[in-house]
Amino acid sequence: MSDVVEKTLTALPSLLSLDSQPGSAKLSSTAKLGNLIRGITELTSKHEEEKLIQHELASIKEQVSSPNTTMRQMRELMVRAVYCEMLGYEASFSYIHAIKLAQQGNVLEKRVGYLAVSLFLNESHELLLLLVNTVLKDLQSTNLIEVCMALTVVCQIFPKDMIPVILPIVEEKLNHPKEIIRRKAVLALHKFYLIAPNQVQHIHNKFRKALCDKDPGVMTASLHIYLQLIQENAEAYKDLTASFVTILKQVVGGKLPMDFNYHSVPAPWLQIQLLRILSLLGKNDQRTSEVMYEVLDESLRRAEMNHNITYAILYECVKCVYTIHPKSELLEKAAKCIGNFVLSPKINLKYLGLKALTYVVQQDPKLALQHQMTIIECLDHSDVIIKRETLELLFRITNAQNVTVIVEKMLDFLRLSKDDHMTIDIVGKVAELAEKYPFKHYSTMNAVFSLGGDMMQPEIPNGFLKLLSEGFDSEEEDRKLRLFAVSSYISLLQGEPSKLPQRFLQVICWVLGEYSFLKEDLEPSVVLGLLTKLLDMKSSSSETKSWVLVAMTKLCWSEAAVSEAQQVAETYSSSFDTTLRQRAQELQHLSRDSQLHSRVLPPGGRLEPDEVVDSSLSFLDGFVSEALSAGAAPYKPLHQRQEELSRSKVLSLEPYGLSLPISTSSCSITDRQSPTLLSTSSGLSGDGTDFSHRGSSTTLRLDGVKRVWGREGYLAQKKPVEEVAQVEVPSPLRSPSQQGDANSCRSKTPTPTANPECDQEKQQLASSLFGGLSSQSSVCLISGAAKMVNIQRFRRKAKGQRSSSTTNEQRANPTVSSASAVDNLLCNNLLEADTEPINSSAKQTFQHPHSLSVANGACDAEAILTDGDPKERNQPLSSEDFVEADDSPPREDQERSKDSCLTPHLPAELSGFSHSEIIPLCSSQSLDLSACHVQTDNSVVLVVFITNTSEDANLQIQVFCVCESPVEEVRGRSVSVRQYSLTVKMPLVHFELVGMLSYSIPAGMPQAMMQFSYKLPLTSFIRPLTVSTEEYGSMWLAFSHDTKQNLTLIKEEREPLTATLNALNKKLSLHVVEIIGVEGLVACSLLQDQPCLMHCRVHAGRLAVWLRSPVPDLPDCLLYHCQRALQEP
Amino acid sequence: MMRFLLLFSRQGKLRLQKWFTPITEREKKKIIRDMTTLVLARQPRSCNFLQWKDLKIIYKRYASLYFCLAVENQENELLALEVIHRYVELLDKYFGNVCELDIIFNFEKAYFILDEFLMGGEIQETSKQMVNRSIEASDMLQEDDSSEWYEVELFG
Repeated sequence: MSDVVEKTLTALPSLLSLDSQPGSAKLSSTAKLGNLIRGITELTSKHEEEKLIQHELASIKEQVSSPNTTMRQMRELMVRAVYCEMLGYEASFSYIHAIKLAQQGNVLEKRVGYLAVSLFLNESHELLLLLVNTVLKDLQSTNLIEVCMALTVVCQIFPKDMIPVILPIVEEKLNHPKEIIRRKAVLALHKFYLIAPNQVQHIHNKFRKALCDKDPGVMTASLHIYLQLIQENAEAYKDLTASFVTILKQVVGGKLPMDFNYHSVPAPWLQIQLLRILSLLGKNDQRTSEVMYEVLDESLRRAEMNHNITYAILYECVKCVYTIHPKSELLEKAAKCIGNFVLSPKINLKYLGLKALTYVVQQDPKLALQHQMTIIECLDHSDVIIKRETLELLFRITNAQNVTVIVEKMLDFLRLSKDDHMTIDIVGKVAELAEKYPFKHYSTMNAVFSLGGDMMQPEIPNGFLKLLSEGFDSEEEDRKLRLFAVSSYISLLQGEPSKLPQRFLQVICWVLGEYSFLKEDLEPSVVLGLLTKLLDMKSSSSETKSWVLVAMTKLCWSEAAVSEAQQVAETYSSSFDTTLRQRAQELQHLSRDSQLHSRVLPPGGRLEPDEVVDSSLSFLDGFVSEALSAGAAPYKPLHQRQEELSRSKVLSLEPYGLSLPISTSSCSITDRQSPTLLSTSSGLSGDGTDFSHRGSSTTLRLDGVKRVWGREGYLAQKKPVEEVAQVEVPSPLRSPSQQGDANSCRSKTPTPTANPECDQEKQQLASSLFGGLSSQSSVCLISGAAKMVNIQRFRRKAKGQRSSSTTNEQRANPTVSSASAVDNLLCNNLLEADTEPINSSAKQTFQHPHSLSVANGACDAEAILTDGDPKERNQPLSSEDFVEADDSPPREDQERSKDSCLTPHLPAELSGFSHSEIIPLCSSQSLDLSACHVQTDNSVVLVVFITNTSEDANLQIQVFCVCESPVEEVRGRSVSVRQYSLTVKMPLVHFELVGMLSYSIPAGMPQAMMQFSYKLPLTSFIRPLTVSTEEYGSMWLAFSHDTKQNLTLIKEEREPLTATLNALNKKLSLHVVEIIGVEGLVACSLLQDQPCLMHCRVHAGRLAVWLRSPVPDLPDCLLYHCQRALQEP
Repeated sequence: MMRFLLLFSRQGKLRLQKWFTPITEREKKKIIRDMTTLVLARQPRSCNFLQWKDLKIIYKRYASLYFCLAVENQENELLALEVIHRYVELLDKYFGNVCELDIIFNFEKAYFILDEFLMGGEIQETSKQMVNRSIEASDMLQEDDSSEWYEVELFG
């Protein structure tokens, strides 16, 4: 072919390539690939395809290794090799050639070379090292396209250890005049930050420059990095909030070039990124949140077009509004938005609506009530994903009333589920619920084990067995439960045991081994017979078999059983499985020697281990101190090392919130969605320890969830007295229907006229699912002017609380609940209440969480009322001193004046002790609630002041802090004082006490509720512990929980150790036992009985602190406060 | 962040794969198998989202081709759906009325377009014009490196 033609052809963009091999037909590259593809599609069997591809690969291999192959041909060959790999055939011979092509080819060939490399190799492939030089060269190329390609490949695939080689050049690119290069460089740095964060620490200020780049594209790219950084440490970036808000304002206002629009929505990706950043910054931070209210409002308003992308923005907006510090207007708008999602006919939007609800119900369970019918519909949706999401939502609103129905729904789902992952997840949830509401525990767990099969997490059977062996409250009940388990397992084994999952069989074996003696009419030999059957089953795994043998070992104490056991042991003592062989040996020996058997495995008794494990390894102390004095660095646990590392790389030295490891117990929705989703833990498990609520608690347990907003934040202005009055006199239109409700309640049939469109079945389901949900919004149904009926547990919103609720809804809800069989009890209540009006001043029956719950996760503080009667001291209040608190945080001087005005109300016996500042907790129009804590010698007393601010109206109050207190009256302009003594169950860095106040103004009128929380640090509970050095020494060895860390030493010339210890002493009230040279011994205790020892040593200009205590977590928590005490000037 | 993007046909044949995080070959094969079975088994009128292990899978069918994007759990599903849509629009603009065959026969082009659109698992450029201009400029490059004027067009 002539040169002229060839040139003409190559001038056409990348279309033709000529095969220069002598004799072969001249074909264009695309034609060759095309032939291959066509050849494959014509084939009918997998076998033929394999043959063809192997042939193709052989031909490619031959050509690539030929020295005559040009780069252009190589490019075409690489494309074919990539295609073969995509079909699942390995072409590893071509990897090196791909690298060569990237190295030597011209720009067009290079591009294919890089593409092939990034598709062929993964990050750890050794050939990748050969690419480093090429990338380095291309990064420095004058050809911009080459630079772009190099940056792209760096983002896609680059060996981690080689990052330092190219980092300076990539950094340089941040100053490149071309926008596209800067943008790619920022993205490359983001990638580096993700895979090797330590290496880009020093360029944080350059990220800031990228954020301020004049080109919006570069700025957008830098947000990826900022999102990451802020996720890790929001505190350090609070100063950027205003900038982010400004950017979002500009974007929302359409100030960006048209290029950024997507379906005429301005830069949606950028908007969403900013919203996510803002929600991280505004979380638990009122001041920062206030900066963003306006722009969030704007975003909610602007996004009105009916397109997916606007819904995406809205969804993110709603999440942001519910994450940051609450603002009622925004919350209302966001709630309305969620409604749009949930009610949308589009299934994708419905799905997101459910997700949003799941996110939001933790803060506002009433929102789920509004959409109960939609939720019920979704529960029966044909799409399993929607169903699953609905279950997730229901899981979050589970309470003692609806748990049975919800668990039933979950089990139904499990019966149909085919997806392993979902099964594991749901099984975990059911097990968690079963553990939390144990009245149905046993039978639920049977279903869990048989449905969950062998996929469930091993913690579930373990936890179940632990619970069974440790027992619940009463001995008798435990016995019954175990007996029940034994009988039902026996009958299961008599059925078809081969159908049961292995895990379940193992559980059965253990239970039979431990507890079958409880069933008196059951011969051990019968059990042994059943167990032997398991051994003979083909489907039994060897793990199960060893469980069987262990169970047999426990059972072989009777004559009849021994011979059978011997036989089995005989068979398995020659098994190939060593574990099985060992178990068989044990069985053999123990069944022969009945004395030994009864000593090792006493029948009916639980073996108490008499070996004490010294978990602190105190016998090594001598060795450790020797090594330390020889200059060895003190050991730091892994978490501490990581923490120090992460602390050293951020600008701020202030740890963010609860940065200690124990803070993981506080859960949020993001925790739940972490990659370890598999585990059963969830936001609701945070309160796993408070079994004290078992059964009695009818409200939603949300203790594990940080309350971002309280009633006073959202509803406070919505329930002033006028509106309560509105409720008192029901409109004539409404009252008949309500009376109808009451009637229907009595006859226990729904009133069809009230809501004809909902069918009865669904209503029943709804009422059983959503029962107990609205107990927070206590409701009074008023059927006559003077009558007051107390039905708090009815799921009905207080009228007038929400302006958005329509009359229709209000009318429908009671009907629904009255139809419920579950609510029978309540109906009776209502019946009684209806026939004999409750004396308005009588004590109300409330179903609220009675104990003082602790908001930050693991339950830990228990308060005890100091004596039977609360200290009640109704005193007139001087009117001019009083400052009326409003919703906005009171100014400092207001606080001070309040402090001084409430101080005289402190109980006399506490006046000798120092009290903390009196903090206003919450307030309504007629009532103010403040509190402080007083540290006495042996306790901490929480003093709550309830101030009636109204002029004349008497106030009837009831405080649920710890336990129900009697109802009392507070006259106008007077203060009631309650005091609670606090003890610590489990140490935490900060404790948050949550209580509830119900009140009615004037006495006898409908009740209103106020929730309050009070935070106090661990240090309030710390007291000095006076011990001698000898006592200290012996205590030190006895304590098992410890932690070590280096703290900063106070800079002072002569006695830095003494100065530091004094400083600690002043802030934490510790007792310095002795100072010996560079070492100091310090002792303190958590209130009276939980000591903690501290050993300090000056080492290399730092204070090496070693804390030990018999109480878990106490050293960690105390260390946190020591750190804080020394950081503060 | 995005984790991977797969394109496969109604018969479950893989057409394009992009992995944004390092994954071993064995895992890749398993994921591809899982994705095709999961997505192809979905009933019509189901939602476009799936949960798979700790990832969210967002898929959408365009004619005979399924686009399947895996994102991390905290990501916005609707936005991911729009990422897919924008990619399809980009392909459409480049090929002009794109069909599955275009992608089969020019899969490397589809990769190049994707690389201009997404980078390291994040959105890089959302403008159709800009992505297209980059791709076309690279396509037009000649054997000899005297291509200054293309650069002017691309970056100017």
